[in-house]
Amino acid sequence: MEKPQIWVFMEQRRGVLHEVGLELLGKARELAEASGGRVAAVLLGANVAVLTDRVIASGADLVLVAEHPALEPYRLLPYTAVLAQACREYQPSILLFGATAMGMELAPRLAARLHTGLSAHCIDLQLDGEGHLLQMVPGWGGGVVATIKCPVHRPQMATVMPGVMKKQETSQRYGEVIHLTIPEDLDVSGPRVLEVYREEPQAKPLEKAEVVVAGGVGIGGKEGWQLLEELAGLLGGAVGATRPPVDEGWALEEQMIGASGKTVRPRLYIGVGISGMSHHLVGMDGSEMVVAVNSDPKAPIFEVADIAVVGDYREIIPPLAAEVRKRLKGGDAP
Amino acid sequence: MDRIIVCVKPVPDPKAWERLRLDPVTKTLIREGIPSVINPLDKHALEAALTIKDAQAAEVVIMSMAPPASQPVLREALALGGDRAVLLSDKVFAGSDTLATSRILAAGIRRLGSFDLICCGNFTLDGSTAQVPSQLAELLGIPNIMHVSRMELGEGKRLMVTQKIEQGYVRLEAEPPLLLSFTKEANKPRFSSFLEILAAEKRELAIWTNAELNLAEGSIGLKGSPTQMADLLVRQKGRQGLRLEGTPEEMAHQLADKIHQLGLI
Repeated sequence: MEKPQIWVFMEQRRGVLHEVGLELLGKARELAEASGGRVAAVLLGANVAVLTDRVIASGADLVLVAEHPALEPYRLLPYTAVLAQACREYQPSILLFGATAMGMELAPRLAARLHTGLSAHCIDLQLDGEGHLLQMVPGWGGGVVATIKCPVHRPQMATVMPGVMKKQETSQRYGEVIHLTIPEDLDVSGPRVLEVYREEPQAKPLEKAEVVVAGGVGIGGKEGWQLLEELAGLLGGAVGATRPPVDEGWALEEQMIGASGKTVRPRLYIGVGISGMSHHLVGMDGSEMVVAVNSDPKAPIFEVADIAVVGDYREIIPPLAAEVRKRLKGGDAP
Repeated sequence: MDRIIVCVKPVPDPKAWERLRLDPVTKTLIREGIPSVINPLDKHALEAALTIKDAQAAEVVIMSMAPPASQPVLREALALGGDRAVLLSDKVFAGSDTLATSRILAAGIRRLGSFDLICCGNFTLDGSTAQVPSQLAELLGIPNIMHVSRMELGEGKRLMVTQKIEQGYVRLEAEPPLLLSFTKEANKPRFSSFLEILAAEKRELAIWTNAELNLAEGSIGLKGSPTQMADLLVRQKGRQGLRLEGTPEEMAHQLADKIHQLGLI
């Protein structure tokens, strides 16, 4: 069995690491421990060497750093060129990216340049007995899961959904830092960046919330939506949505959970007025406990629920919120 | 612009997805009786191309790699304003992964000749890999931008493009040749009239097989695909399935007990 060199692309914008890179280091560490391989993180930017400590603490044995003015901000063609050269020089067996806006644009371009395989939006990764990476990919809106292999070509490349792997940060790790040489004729062609605009990150992103209260078309309007927000607020959680509430304007695009939205794996997921189409389920079925509230006893979401509550949410959520409020006060809980 | 190519993919109608079944022996999806429609985001790609055509005249060519039965989907794109369509269709294309698909599309585009812009949907509803736009651009040796949520025409052939990223956006400036892949925020696709549908029947719809593209069989189809499907499973649904009984208040009470057991309250 080959001892894999597992590489993780560390996405950063303005010197801030994207969490998914740290999550992938956690998974890479697990795969390396199981196979006797090594984990390397690849970090590109103008001034990113300061980030190496955190990257090592999150699981990297080796950090490959490429620093160049043309690598800040991120641009597709210079990034592809630097990564392609690094892959040709060091021949990693596995190369992982987050399935983010950047990763989704960069990984396919790099895979095509290296003539290798790439799987998209993986929800799990494993090594088989021969050291091949098994890449679990949801398909058809999440109704099925395909296992993809790249048996011949290297590196075996995959993008992985943010939020599905677990970080493993520790202060007890040591790692090596190697500076990659940047080609003098670095390809800096392609579109020019005029402006990068980021909103202030919200207090608690949906992907990180321990409790997610999600609403579907059954909520019926903005008034009902407030009930969900109240309940989520009491539980210190976030509100998510299926596609129709986003289209209706009750919820924001960032709140959408599912195949074309976010993946959440909270400790508690409460789905309210959600029928349970597979496009949505693929984004939440890693949740520890699933509660479903729906007035239709035949709603498919009940098939994937730990706790099923059949009834009108307008009659169930308010007393639940009252009960939660009472217990949080620690007062007269029974 | 002189020529704009719009890549479209026929996908099974999402309204009929719940009828998709897995053949337990062959591990393939049974698609029988499920109609094909134009991939929804590809309509936004087409709309972007038509907007440019409206403003400054351009030939809009629809290109698709799909089985021959997909011709109605290409006719639909022609009815919306495409000038001609090319369907890349051959049994040897079957089983292509995204890289092999991109090789076939790249060969079709090269055979077409020069172009200024290629417009794609950001992802397709069925595969959802979102990999073909970047791979196609790489194979053609042109730059690309994904997640395009806005496109404006600048001076000459210059384009001002807004790319959607997490909690924000990037504004970019680019010149042809270029490939852009569009999100649904980019524009509002137009509808075609009955007359346009009739007119589209007369427009050229060419079918090119590998006899025209002349790709080595080792580079396309199942054999030419670096990725392979090792297994396909219907998602497991192993949950407790406990159904609460009683009045709404009683059920709310039991639910609060469960939340308490999780240590959340």
